[in-house]
Amino acid sequence: MNAPVRTARLRLPRPLLLLGLLGLALLVAPAFVGSYALSVLILILYSAYTGQAWNIMMGFAGQLSLGHALYVGVGAYAAAALFVHYGIGPWAGMWAAMLAAMLAGGLIGYLAFRFGISGVYFALLTIAFAEFTRIGFDHITWIGGSAGYFLPVKQRTSSDLLDLRGAPAMFYYVMLALAALAMAVCKALLSSRTGYYWLAIREDPEAAQALGINTFRYKMIAVVISAAMTSLAGVFFAFYYNNLFPEQVFNIGRSIEIILGPIFGGLGTLFGPIAGAIVLTLLGESLRSATSALGWEVPGLELLIYGACLLLVVMFLPNGIWPPVSRWLGIKSRHLKGGE
Amino acid sequence: MPLDLVVNVAVGGVLTGLVYGLMALGLSVIYGVVRIVNFAHGEMMTVAMYGAVLLYTRLGLDPLLMIVPVGMALFLAGYAIQSLLINPFINRPEHVQFMLVIGIAIIIANGLLIGFGPDARNAPVSYAMDSFSLGPLLLDKVRVYAAGGAFVVAALLFGFFRYARTGKAIRACADNYVGARVVGLDVKRLYALTFGIGTACVGAAGSMLALLVDVTPSLGPSYTLLAFVIVIVGGLGSMAGALFGGVLIGLSEALAGLFFAPSAKSMFSFAILILLLLFRPQGLFGRRA
Repeated sequence: MNAPVRTARLRLPRPLLLLGLLGLALLVAPAFVGSYALSVLILILYSAYTGQAWNIMMGFAGQLSLGHALYVGVGAYAAAALFVHYGIGPWAGMWAAMLAAMLAGGLIGYLAFRFGISGVYFALLTIAFAEFTRIGFDHITWIGGSAGYFLPVKQRTSSDLLDLRGAPAMFYYVMLALAALAMAVCKALLSSRTGYYWLAIREDPEAAQALGINTFRYKMIAVVISAAMTSLAGVFFAFYYNNLFPEQVFNIGRSIEIILGPIFGGLGTLFGPIAGAIVLTLLGESLRSATSALGWEVPGLELLIYGACLLLVVMFLPNGIWPPVSRWLGIKSRHLKGGE
Repeated sequence: MPLDLVVNVAVGGVLTGLVYGLMALGLSVIYGVVRIVNFAHGEMMTVAMYGAVLLYTRLGLDPLLMIVPVGMALFLAGYAIQSLLINPFINRPEHVQFMLVIGIAIIIANGLLIGFGPDARNAPVSYAMDSFSLGPLLLDKVRVYAAGGAFVVAALLFGFFRYARTGKAIRACADNYVGARVVGLDVKRLYALTFGIGTACVGAAGSMLALLVDVTPSLGPSYTLLAFVIVIVGGLGSMAGALFGGVLIGLSEALAGLFFAPSAKSMFSFAILILLLLFRPQGLFGRRA
């Protein structure tokens, strides 16, 4: 009798395997790529990180925030001010940044959820707070006002990890660590009791409440965690770019940039924000280099094409690009549906 | 601060506010009926302003008279956008509609940038510096004309929705989507009409605003936000509310610019918006849902 013998093999779950490969590739990338590619990779990781943080609010808990630039800006300015005025480094300053962003997020969340504001109105409230803060920061001279706030840059060669000053490769690894951490946090949250409550609230807030979920409390948890995570992106932004202008940092365009990645990638999924960040950043960058290589020095052309691509994706891939990609890779995904 | 200066600034703010009100009226009509949050509203406004400025600088046509042709052009554009792009998205979740409209906004803003470059343009009409004097009051002629034009267009719109058969049909769609279909209304066509009417308001407001403000391709988002603030203050879906909200925001901008700093003026608008969203989210004229 020759029954088929099944060889016992150690089999990693496929998502883990793919993630491991991606992580490995990202870990060794700085050794192989040039400085331009490295800066693009940093952009991708940054956008994946902020997308992941925003996704907690919209993708998990179903609260559409269009003012996430507020938390980026608050975090950036808090850490930068502590560094410039008191010499306090970013690793200590980031706690202050998170605290400030959590207070801001908590205030917005408390006011909105206490007064039963949701949907479009909630989105507009978040825009209003971000814009209010933008104009307010324009008038605070202690941190530069509208003239901008600058962090001192002494050198760009040796890496001083303690003060986060130095070479791009160091910033790359910091951002990679942040992005990986955000992914782990989101994974843990999604499989926690809180995560399931969020999904219940996202799918049907009234039914969730009827089942005894304290929707106010869990929505508050979502906004506070999301704000804290987003503020760390702000700290990174401040130390990486070394200059802050309220007009740019708090701009509504920044908030929209944050949310495009996860929506494009697939709302409510763990990989969506990453996939969206990769595709959108590469699209933007390749459009830019393609138009300049062709000698079309037309300002606005690449953004125009970018907008057209956005329309095409919304029309033909309403759930984002991750659900079809994940099917192709053989991974299950639980996304927020965008179709009818 | 001398009282007549304050009064002058306040009246100027009210007049500008009427033009803002007409722009916001467009947004309110679109949201009230189609339930689409038009995040490309400011960009459409910029298109209208460019239209008016170009018609003036190339052909010497007065922007005040261009209310009708620019409004018509924007009506056609709005009708096309709704029937080709937005109608298929009517039953989609809000965030998908949002992406769609943001895509349209990005395309418009950068199309303008490609076509006209980043520099500010204006329509320097012969009466730009003239003013009416009314006792101690000095009223800029352009502001008075623009406000008058806005008022007339708004009044026509009120009449249309109150008395015209199509206007009534549109209101029926807004009140009850299923009911409107049951009685045989072509809802998709009426939606396209409504979107067109909304953008025509923006067209009219934009050609008048071209007299008051220099236009650049990047003006869009700030006007979109302004229109939102006004519409929320007045009450989403309320036409009188949109006009009143426009006047209120115009007034607060003017006074804030006078008493504090011109750069801080929209901060007060946003403060009003935040307070209103918290304490009267249905707006001053809105009905509680």
